[in-house]
Amino acid sequence: MKNCREATRLMSEGYERELTLRERFALKMHKMMCIGCTNYGKHMVFLRKATKRLREGGAGSER
Amino acid sequence: MNDGEPQTPAVLWDDPSISAIRRDMLRFAQLQLRDSGAAEDMVQEALLAAMSNAKSFAGRAALKTWMFAILRNKIVDHIRRASREICGSDLVQTLDEEGHNQDFDALFDQRGFWNRDDRPATWSDPDASFELKEFWAVFDACLNNLPDQIARVYMMREFLEFETGEICRQLGISNGNCWVILHRARMGLRECLENRWFQGGAIS
Repeated sequence: MKNCREATRLMSEGYERELTLRERFALKMHKMMCIGCTNYGKHMVFLRKATKRLREGGAGSER
Repeated sequence: MNDGEPQTPAVLWDDPSISAIRRDMLRFAQLQLRDSGAAEDMVQEALLAAMSNAKSFAGRAALKTWMFAILRNKIVDHIRRASREICGSDLVQTLDEEGHNQDFDALFDQRGFWNRDDRPATWSDPDASFELKEFWAVFDACLNNLPDQIARVYMMREFLEFETGEICRQLGISNGNCWVILHRARMGLRECLENRWFQGGAIS
């Protein structure tokens, strides 16, 4: 069973490489029981959206 | 620009809205480069390139997106040219000295589970923040709070869209180290946003 430290690391690595089936499964199981890591995962998606927005000029004074 | 034939309204380069875009470009370049001189140069180059290639645009947002794309390319070129400036071995050394994730170990208990107070909270309607310029000020501040080298790698990855492999090669570090750095950046940024924005009462 994964702990939160492991789960957060895997979530980040999921943006850099394809996770193995085993890793994805373990992550899913962990998140089902852990609201903190479920939120963490959502926050990572949010960060992605924010960075995309910023790099495309969609942030700031002029929109 | 084209004097030959009058075309559909070209971009008015002295329009106040252009200087607003220019300001945002400068802010973006400074975030990426952490060097105001180089940032100024990049923006200048991007503007020149934009002016000599300008077509007409369906609205200012499209123009801005296009100008940011030019700016990103200029910054990417600059970083590729100057990649020796970033010293990968320093980075790895920082990692080793601090232990793998030591700065975040405090967030977890001995078994590696979130401490009660550090457990990521539920953010209500986070996307609404995108419309608020106060949010972007906090976001900038949080990016600036990241340790320089870590921020650099994160920016290359997320803002300039380098492949992780290229970043690692340029810095001369292993993929594993690269991933750890990106993980730390994301974790730090998330924590900063949670503390300074999503629980700071900035959103009502």
